[in-house]
Amino acid sequence: MRSRSLRLAGAGALLLTLAFSLESCFTERQNEGAQLYAAHCSSCHGDQGQGLERLIPPVAAADYIAQHRTELPCLVRKGMQGDIVVNGIHYNQVMPGHEDLTDSQITNLLNFLQTNWGNTNQSYTIRETSELLGRCNGSDGQ
Amino acid sequence: MTTSLRRAGLLLAAAGAALSFSLGSCSAPADKPAERLSIYGIKHSEPTSPADTLPDPIPAFRLTDQDRQVITNQTFAGKIYVTDFFFATCPSICPKMQSELLRVYKAFEDNPKVLFLSHTIDPAHDSIPVLRDYAERLGIQNASRWHFATAGRDSIFALAKAYMTGAEADASVPGGYAHSGTFALIDSQRRVRGLYDGMVPEQVDQLIKDIPVLLKEEAETQPVAAK
Repeated sequence: MRSRSLRLAGAGALLLTLAFSLESCFTERQNEGAQLYAAHCSSCHGDQGQGLERLIPPVAAADYIAQHRTELPCLVRKGMQGDIVVNGIHYNQVMPGHEDLTDSQITNLLNFLQTNWGNTNQSYTIRETSELLGRCNGSDGQ
Repeated sequence: MTTSLRRAGLLLAAAGAALSFSLGSCSAPADKPAERLSIYGIKHSEPTSPADTLPDPIPAFRLTDQDRQVITNQTFAGKIYVTDFFFATCPSICPKMQSELLRVYKAFEDNPKVLFLSHTIDPAHDSIPVLRDYAERLGIQNASRWHFATAGRDSIFALAKAYMTGAEADASVPGGYAHSGTFALIDSQRRVRGLYDGMVPEQVDQLIKDIPVLLKEEAETQPVAAK
């Protein structure tokens, strides 16, 4: 009985070490989308993508994210201004562009948004993002 | 016999004292609200007496708010207020900052003694219609409790200094203006009683705790005069 519990503890410890060592196999880019969102977007769009009243549109559970899927890479790259309707509400603020992000960073950022916080939309490949960015001369090929 | 009894008693008393001391240090300092908030600022004026060490009050000002009403220090007479500096097209910290200030506003929505004053640091762009639109979109339907105010650029920057919240034109930052996101809490004597980083929710929580402390002091020191 006692040796069994010891063995169990040993197995647990082994699993724990394994989990730790496996974790170090992955790069930090595993959660790059979430990290980029926190660094570049959350101050305006909210830490849970909730937006701000009628000033800043939400990105969580946002119909715009699904309906304008192919335009989003250029929207992130170039920014936008003017009237925009999200979930039936009009917003009108300036969104700055992000020339500082690579194509693959934009891919990870958008894939995070497309698959979290109530959004269940199709992801992008880096190649697709680069192609879509080509429409606004916004691809850096990286 | 008596000495050993006395010694035991002494030991017991010492243990008790140590216990209450250590217990006291567990609970006392962190969450016990201060009776009085500090007074912040710099004294430029000559003291009127050796005991006069109070910093200069917020200077007289004259601003226009989103309802086109002129607001002055008199608008805030007998009240306390929270103030900050922002601009409507600010791409960096403003939305977060104003959403935090909105949280403070909602916490004291029903208390007419607490007012709010947001200054634009971009008066060239933030006309009165722009300010009104911004306020309404934030959910503030009129200026009775939360003024979104404008004035000449120089007076705004001078006021930012008096409120101890950094704000200046800076072409090198996104949006063209550098500012700190500080909230200042002002008492009815035009003195700064607290400074909080509007980007840090814990500091904004502290502001929400400090406001009742200041209200209590206000109620004690001016029972009738400023009503």
